[in-house]
Amino acid sequence: MRGSVMSLTSNDLFRLPLGRWVEAAVDWVTHSFTGLFTVIRSLFLALYDAVDWALVTPPFWAVIIVLATLAWYLSSWKLGLGTVLGLLLVVSLNQWANAMHTLALVLVASAIAIALSLPLGIWAARSTVASRVIRPILDLMQTMPAFVYLIPALILFRVGVVPGIVATVIFAMAPGVRLTELGIRSVDREVVEAGQAFGASPGRILRQIQLPLAMPSIMAGVNQVIMLSLSMVVIAGMVGAGGLGNDVVASLQTIDVALGFEAGISVVILAIVLDRMTAGLGARVVTTGQPAASSFFPLEKENT
Amino acid sequence: MNESIAVQAKNLYKVFGKKPKEVARRLSEGASRDEVSALGTAAVIDASFEVKTGEIFVVMGLSGSGKSTLIRMLNGLVEPTSGTVTVVGTTITDISQAELRRVRQKSVSMVFQHFALLPHRTVLENAAFGLEVQGIAPVERRARAQRVVELVGLAGWEDKLPRQLSGGMQQRVGLARALTAETDVLLMDEAFSALDPLIRREMQEQLVELQAELGKTIIFITHDLNEAMFLGDRIAVMRDGRIVQVGSPEDILTDPANDYVAQFVQDVDRARVLTAASVMEPASAEVSVTSGPRNALRTMRDLQSSAVFVVGRGRQYLGVVRDRDVMRQVKAGETDLRDILRKPQAVSPDTPLVDLVEPSIESGLPLAVVNETGKLLGTIPRVTLLAALGNVPLTTQSIPIMESPSRLTRRDISEALTETVGYEAAAGTEHRTGGRA
Repeated sequence: MRGSVMSLTSNDLFRLPLGRWVEAAVDWVTHSFTGLFTVIRSLFLALYDAVDWALVTPPFWAVIIVLATLAWYLSSWKLGLGTVLGLLLVVSLNQWANAMHTLALVLVASAIAIALSLPLGIWAARSTVASRVIRPILDLMQTMPAFVYLIPALILFRVGVVPGIVATVIFAMAPGVRLTELGIRSVDREVVEAGQAFGASPGRILRQIQLPLAMPSIMAGVNQVIMLSLSMVVIAGMVGAGGLGNDVVASLQTIDVALGFEAGISVVILAIVLDRMTAGLGARVVTTGQPAASSFFPLEKENT
Repeated sequence: MNESIAVQAKNLYKVFGKKPKEVARRLSEGASRDEVSALGTAAVIDASFEVKTGEIFVVMGLSGSGKSTLIRMLNGLVEPTSGTVTVVGTTITDISQAELRRVRQKSVSMVFQHFALLPHRTVLENAAFGLEVQGIAPVERRARAQRVVELVGLAGWEDKLPRQLSGGMQQRVGLARALTAETDVLLMDEAFSALDPLIRREMQEQLVELQAELGKTIIFITHDLNEAMFLGDRIAVMRDGRIVQVGSPEDILTDPANDYVAQFVQDVDRARVLTAASVMEPASAEVSVTSGPRNALRTMRDLQSSAVFVVGRGRQYLGVVRDRDVMRQVKAGETDLRDILRKPQAVSPDTPLVDLVEPSIESGLPLAVVNETGKLLGTIPRVTLLAALGNVPLTTQSIPIMESPSRLTRRDISEALTETVGYEAAAGTEHRTGGRA
């Protein structure tokens, strides 16, 4: 009996060759769309190079001043000061160049992820069928271990920063899509009806009612996308994307606690600065249109 | 199409569910709502009515009676399962989305229960929304919105955001948005239901004024009987998806089409627990029967009233005397008020308000509120009753004025008094008898 069970589980009869099928599919895609992937590769690479150049070429203090000013503008002088101190720490750890490579990767990957997830989120919000199709795909993208889709990414885009960007985009775009859909779907039905009742077209309703009212949720999605992108830098480092991830991987291979910690703390500093800055950006976008505190306020609070 | 008909609904059905068409067909063949409930939920069943141009047409019903669905079919926000809707000459039930949008821009706008303003836009931008959709240039639409914003009493608030405004003011913006669009027809979906009673009454009055000024055709949805009675030129009562009665407010109150309407009228008042005792006022126009006609006449003159209540010993309610009768008595030199006493129906203090409407209209005088022992407790002038029905407390202290304005002038009365006994009338008009401070 026991033997037969053993033989049953190892029986080729019940072995579903799913992996092979996927492999075959990836092979087919690789051969059929080589041109397309070459175009994508050079496009992403050009984007990354441009951003990376802009961050690495100027002296570090110039970049720090620009980032700190931006932080101050988006949030508060406290964040501006924190940004200066944090980035100076990164410089003192001799991780400045790595940090800028990583920042470039995160910015490019986030921008692509947002550019993809916004339209997908809008589509999912407007069509129940689209929502039903997109949702499990997002689940798959988010829960499948990142290493697994790193393999086809490597095959399709070769070693370097591009597979890192692609893997990051796939991993990070899910919350962008989800929060955009959620934001648009939870816009007050009556307000959308009001748009319809005055004869507004669906496009106008989207632009003037749904997107502005969904903005808090969408900005939360943007924040999440950037944070998840940052969490992928180490994995991107494994495929040769460079930056801080590279040093973390190297320290893992050589059991170098010192290097590992220095690279790791740099990632943390970048994460905190980016998180606070996007939160500040979100708050600004959401409150746009509010007049400066002036004259007098309502006689009574509205009960919603 | 008849020009005086602004909106016409013909055999409208709306069924939600798996087989709406079949449900509608079976309902039209006489099946009840419950019989077809397995196939779908019928929200509106066989609704037909016509709204005349310049009329306030109120659709009244409890929640779940289908009134919100009905109003949304009138501008195509909800597509009817069957039946037709004609708005200002255009049948909107069989036209394309683009044409429907044009009808909404030009002919029919809407005010929503929870205001449905764009929170990121200022009052003026909200009011101009309809014009923006119509493609009117910014300068012109701002100017036109500005006029309407001032019309609804929001001058000075143009640059505020909706959240900086109170509920009543937000709904004024909603109203301004609908008026700025300059459509002939205005749909109002429970527009005042989310407001405080006091604000609600104010808004109702303003709406009536605006309607008189602008001559809009208004279709108003409410679950509030008092609101329906106050606003409606005609009222349609809905129940379980069907319109059970269409008529003037008087028809609905005095001649309910069926038990449901009667019950509804009763239910609403019971729910408010308003009785005669809760709205009555002290009787100021009141004289003792023994004080005689001359005193009664003087009281009427001082209070500028056409009648006074007459009470006996211990304020026993005896009846009412009218100015003309008293005048005749005074001139004839008679002395007993009992001879000319009228006895309109008196009510007990715990009579619900709904039962006061009919006697109040019949008698044309304030109602006397009398307890079991026959003592006069107070009076209910018709204005007080109406105010109570509208749920607005009267802020004035007391209303000594009787309903029908005095047909005798002060001078006539004074002359009559002077003729009979010379010196008394000169004693002064400030003199009050039987009145209360």
